[in-house]
Amino acid sequence: MKHDFTYFFSEGVGNMFSHGFMSFAAIGITVACLVVMGTFSLVAYNAEIQLETLESEYEILAFVDETFDDAQTQQVGHSLSKIANVKEVEFITKEEATESFEKKYENDYMLQDLDAEIFRDRYAVFVNDLNSVNQTAESIRNVAGVAKVRVDEDIAGGFIALRNVAGIVCLALIAILLVVSVFIISNTIKLTTFDRRDEIAIMKMVGATDGFIRWPFVYEGFFLGLISAVVAFLLQWLLYASVTKSLAMSDTMQLLQIVPFDTIWQPVMIVFGAAGILIGIGGSLTAIRKFLRV
Amino acid sequence: MIRLTDVQKEYDNGTLALRGISLTIEDGEFVFLVGPSGSGKSTIIKLLTGEVVPTKGRIMINGFSMTNISERQIPLLRRSIGVIFQDFRLIEKKTVYENLSFAMRAVGATPREINKRIPYVLELVGLDGKVGCYPAELSGGEQQRVAIARALINNPSTIIADEPTGNLDPARSFEIMTLLERINRLGTTLVVVTHEKDLVNKFQKRVISLEQGLITGDGIGYNVR
Repeated sequence: MKHDFTYFFSEGVGNMFSHGFMSFAAIGITVACLVVMGTFSLVAYNAEIQLETLESEYEILAFVDETFDDAQTQQVGHSLSKIANVKEVEFITKEEATESFEKKYENDYMLQDLDAEIFRDRYAVFVNDLNSVNQTAESIRNVAGVAKVRVDEDIAGGFIALRNVAGIVCLALIAILLVVSVFIISNTIKLTTFDRRDEIAIMKMVGATDGFIRWPFVYEGFFLGLISAVVAFLLQWLLYASVTKSLAMSDTMQLLQIVPFDTIWQPVMIVFGAAGILIGIGGSLTAIRKFLRV
Repeated sequence: MIRLTDVQKEYDNGTLALRGISLTIEDGEFVFLVGPSGSGKSTIIKLLTGEVVPTKGRIMINGFSMTNISERQIPLLRRSIGVIFQDFRLIEKKTVYENLSFAMRAVGATPREINKRIPYVLELVGLDGKVGCYPAELSGGEQQRVAIARALINNPSTIIADEPTGNLDPARSFEIMTLLERINRLGTTLVVVTHEKDLVNKFQKRVISLEQGLITGDGIGYNVR
């Protein structure tokens, strides 16, 4: 029997409206689950970005032997930039180092108007991967002309631990939320189809195939999922925009770099759309499976 | 043709509903299946419609062997049978036309075929003019006529009616049974399950009596042994 698109489509859409309250309930639950999952994922994404920014600011200081002239110092920088895992090398003169030091301790008059000669020229070395910071520091120490290396292993270790813990917590929470959401949504859709078990039984009795019975539910699930995804996306957008605005206006939280929604709306829309449609169709098919066994 | 040979049915809970019955119903026959509650009438209907499978014995209906029928063949079997229930089982949110058209859609009929067939069947059951009504707007007798129209709509060779007059008053019951008899005269095999003795005796038809899963009578009129 050929796929009667017009009939299945109109039946699916018609069923959605004729069981208005249950459709509303299914959409409401799906929207709630999508927004909770979306909010959590966006918080996790922003935390990840924040962590990446902090990590990118982590530096190893390589102090240059004070007996080296300008050309030799430049050569040191060149050698440092060739070390594996080194992302960027930034030269800091002893004058700049003095200025930075005095600024840091500007309230302590004993540490002001210092002679720049007590400082060394140095390179701030930025790395790609904090996990290999010790090996990179060792390679830096081996470069001719590097008199001393200052590496804060505790901070690097802290970042690594934070990232690992955050990653595991995020994955676990998203997995739990996903399972809970699918359970709630599938049960809500089951309730909506329970209302129609007699209808399905009649269809079976007149000789309808399982496929013929399923297709209107597939279209209905598709539209319920799509509507849920659109509503959830718009709510998520509003929520994100208002939180971003509040943080920007806050004295203490404005340092947080929140990713603008403009830059992430496309992936958010695609994920919401795909998740909504999959949940809608999957929920409908799972829910009617039991009633098809007549 | 319907043929049951030494059919037994034991449910999972241990209830022995049929204890080895054999019967044959020829094409075009009108048969009443009578007996008290728990006698096995409903089990026979479920066996004939493929809702349950026999524990033992063989069943042939309209060329399908119910002993080894595949899942894919069950819809085809059901298209050769029209089923009428005591509680009508109409879809409340669909009009009379929609209740009939979805049964035709289910077997792949085109809109043109549907538009041609529905007025004919509604006229046959005496419901022309009620095409746009919802079930709740019809009387019990009219709802049962819609159910009969739905059973007839795909032109089945057999109609099985399970207590079709159970929810109707005597006058409406007689009308419905007369309508079924008329349908039978057009060539459709009729199997009617009932326990209304007076009604059965008004129609001089074959009566198969069941008690505790066994056939206790088979002949013309009620209480024949």
